[in-house]
Amino acid sequence: MASSIYFCLLRTVFLVCFVNPLIQGLSGDVNLVNDRRHQLGNNLTGLPIVTFDWHHVQTPYLVIIWVFVAGLAKLLVIELNHHVINVIPESGLLIMMGFILGGIVWGADKAQTFKLFPPTFFFYLLPQIILDASYFMPNKLFFSNLGSILIYAIFGTCWNASTVGLSLWGCYEAGVMGNLDIGLLQFLLFGSLIAAVDPVAVIAVFEEVHVNEVLFILVFGESLLNDGVTVVLYNVFDAFVALGGPRIDAVEISKGIFSFVVVAFGGSFLGIVFAILLSLLTRCTKHIQIIEAGFIFVVGYLAYLTADMLSLSAILSVTFCGICCQKYVNANMDEKSVTTVRHAMKVLANGSETMIFVFLGVTAIDTEIWVWNTGFILLTLLFVFIYRIIGVFLLTWMLNKFRLVPIEFIDQVVMSYGGLRGAVAYGLAAMLDQDKIPEKNLILSTTLIVVYFTVILQGITMKPLVQWLKVKRAAHSDLKLIEKVNNRAFDHILAAVEDICGRIGDNWWTRGWNRFEENYISWLLMKPKARKNRDYLFSIFHKLNLEDAVNYVSEGERQGSLAFIRSDEAANVDFKKQFGSEFTDVMPDIMVDMSNYELGIETFSVTSIIKDTIPSVSLDIHGQDRKNAMDDVNAHHLLQQHLYSSRKHHRHKYSRSHFGINQSENEVQEIFQRTMRSRLESFKTAKMGVSPAKKITKHHKKELTHKMANGHPDGTGHLYGDEVDSAVGSETGAIRGTFLRDTYTVGAGIENPVVFPDMDSSTHNSLPWLMETDAVAPSQRAQWHLPWTPNRLRRLAPMRISTYSTDSFLMADLEEHEEKPQTDHE
Amino acid sequence: MGSTNSTLLKIPNVEVLMQETGFSPAHIIRLHDRFKALDKEGRGHLCPQDFGAIKELAMNPIGDRIIGAFFSPGKETVDFDTFVKILAHFRPVDKDRPKELNSPEPINSRSNKLRFAFQLYDQDKDGKISRDELLQVLRAMLGMQVTEEQLESVADRTIQEADLDRDDAISFEEFRKSLEKINIDNLMSIRFLR
Repeated sequence: MASSIYFCLLRTVFLVCFVNPLIQGLSGDVNLVNDRRHQLGNNLTGLPIVTFDWHHVQTPYLVIIWVFVAGLAKLLVIELNHHVINVIPESGLLIMMGFILGGIVWGADKAQTFKLFPPTFFFYLLPQIILDASYFMPNKLFFSNLGSILIYAIFGTCWNASTVGLSLWGCYEAGVMGNLDIGLLQFLLFGSLIAAVDPVAVIAVFEEVHVNEVLFILVFGESLLNDGVTVVLYNVFDAFVALGGPRIDAVEISKGIFSFVVVAFGGSFLGIVFAILLSLLTRCTKHIQIIEAGFIFVVGYLAYLTADMLSLSAILSVTFCGICCQKYVNANMDEKSVTTVRHAMKVLANGSETMIFVFLGVTAIDTEIWVWNTGFILLTLLFVFIYRIIGVFLLTWMLNKFRLVPIEFIDQVVMSYGGLRGAVAYGLAAMLDQDKIPEKNLILSTTLIVVYFTVILQGITMKPLVQWLKVKRAAHSDLKLIEKVNNRAFDHILAAVEDICGRIGDNWWTRGWNRFEENYISWLLMKPKARKNRDYLFSIFHKLNLEDAVNYVSEGERQGSLAFIRSDEAANVDFKKQFGSEFTDVMPDIMVDMSNYELGIETFSVTSIIKDTIPSVSLDIHGQDRKNAMDDVNAHHLLQQHLYSSRKHHRHKYSRSHFGINQSENEVQEIFQRTMRSRLESFKTAKMGVSPAKKITKHHKKELTHKMANGHPDGTGHLYGDEVDSAVGSETGAIRGTFLRDTYTVGAGIENPVVFPDMDSSTHNSLPWLMETDAVAPSQRAQWHLPWTPNRLRRLAPMRISTYSTDSFLMADLEEHEEKPQTDHE
Repeated sequence: MGSTNSTLLKIPNVEVLMQETGFSPAHIIRLHDRFKALDKEGRGHLCPQDFGAIKELAMNPIGDRIIGAFFSPGKETVDFDTFVKILAHFRPVDKDRPKELNSPEPINSRSNKLRFAFQLYDQDKDGKISRDELLQVLRAMLGMQVTEEQLESVADRTIQEADLDRDDAISFEEFRKSLEKINIDNLMSIRFLR
């Protein structure tokens, strides 16, 4: 609280003392503003040591000052009391901050010198937001819902535009709005610019309300793709208005429809071309790794501008550029570049979004633009709201007949309520030609009001609405332990059976595409090394993981407990060496036998698998039930803390401000490791005829499991391929890896995944780590916790062992011990 | 995908299958496509590796158990009939089913769903969930940070709550009773298998 007050004061002081004089200086005193040379020429009496030369730096200075102020605004907004934050979404607060700032500037200058000019917005603020959105887009989800998204984007927007325009015109004709110099075409034009759902606003609000990912992708995808329609409608009606009513005939109208096709598909196609260009570029940038990150932004921006130049849909262009290039760029680039791109993207997008909202507020404080017409404004609000609801429900009803997983009622409510308008609408309104559209200011005012209404009011009420709807459906009861366990077990069962049924379009079309993509497109666009790694690395790592662990143990077995600390013979695996050579050199016995089987793990991202199956609109992180146990606090608490969450409980992944690392990702990693380990264990059992210890030994075993995993910080880190990151979820390419034979002793349960590998029962009791003592000092490696930190996960983008590995400990280990490739551990 | 009828005809015993499971022809076809997709080598039956190829299952703590449930004791393959019959457990309950006293209970009835779940716990098929079996399930579903002592205490308490006849194991009846409050129909139904 104190810090926020401090900031508040600081900013006010700053603004008043600093910005004010600057603005005064702008408009006021000529003396201050003189050019340095001019000054020197005119009034020179002696050598000026220092001069104040505002004019010299004016433009960049103002720009930077505003960026700085916007950043401070965001900081202040975040620092505010948490109560406020929970109620009003951040975007709303930023707009209000903009009001304040606008007020200050207005007070100083009596005119709004700083407005959100459409060119600034469209060229400098919007592209990076769209690029960020598309770069992190969960592709698999997007494409599997593409049909629905397109329906909403195209038909939904057209519906909104036409109904709003026509209804307003009808009301105008009925005389509700008084006297306005406006016609049907202009109403339609207005309808088209107010109809579009805005991606910036949508993300900003949906971040507060955590919805299931299908819903999220529908709204988000719609907001991105409807630009194609908006641009066309806007341009068409703008041209019609310019042409005038009488000249519009069937030819013009059909031209309008045709232009939609050209603009939309042209824009997308252009985006894809740039994506290909970008992927090819990154494929060749091995030697300029330091700047390859920059190419993403440059090419992305080029895509935007080129499309705009050709009057195609610029947003669509950037969208498809980002969507298509993700996978290849992430695979081709050096890890550090990938991280750089991610962070930079978020910085730019976040910054732009902040500035947009602040400026939306600042722009309001301007007496020149405000024209108030009660009828027009209120009716617009009403129609925009109602027709959105009607449109969504209508389209959903039609879609549900075809969709595999129908869209629920609560989702539809959220979708219709979440149709927020934002800066794009304002930008389009500000670009209207005053001469052709005399009522431009009215339209502008209305647009601003609609934007404020949707962002602030709907943003505020979204959460309570959702809560109200959800609470109605949830049943409250205190559950017993067995019920909780069973509940969770059922979630898992359901998730598993759904996967077995193949709920996401595992049909001929997707498989065909995957094959095509893997064979031809990846060949063209991905570095050969990346492709190879993607295919083999995972399975290899996995076997090495276990190999290594087994060796670790057998070393200890042979040499006594201290072997862990001082072993010269590495239970290390020299990853680099092995990956450099042919993969069959590694563990020849197992490799050979298993080469016929697919490991069954294709390139995939852990997070892409995490899906919500049952639409559940939940609120923030604390939304999960936190009920205290009735009788045994500990047991319930334990379950609470440690039960693995099922798919149902995972949140959506795209977020403007975080990389979306779920805690569940760690869990999933853990589960995955255990499953894989147990499968390979069973394999070893079957192969070698040694039954693993079934008994659950004391927690040393758990410790040791940690050690096992710890032994491979780098390897674990590189476990998952290019797409651990939330955005990229493509799973193409089967891995010609390895799998196990006769994994499952049929009909029996699974062996305890914590079971220790390859333990000879005779040595079972003599193994030091199984005794209840702490005789074994954990080795250097074993002391580290499982390296599954978010940062580490972030590094997983390309699946490779980096030559610039920053794993100091792994490197340290490798340096200390002799590097000895593990071939035969038997 | 071929016309409905021709695809249906290719599946043996399809009429009986539809009768027993209650799936519509469209669903049978879908499941058949899925079966063929999983059966990568075209053998006409599935083996554990085929299930293992489903990557999401590896992320499921009890995924391997569920795979095991498809394989009857002693058999190493799953043919299409078994596949469909097991998946039929997850059909949403037919609310409007007329109560015929003579016909056997449909596969997706509540008690059959429970029985399926019970078998997931009860790996040795002795009709009871022993403490060890429960421990195994809990171990699979709980994070690695949980120590053995904690695990055992949770298992003990769980059994205590559910075990009514004090035999230190949970029988099917006790299992069913403990889940009275839970809406099994929702929890074990997949909407798109309706």
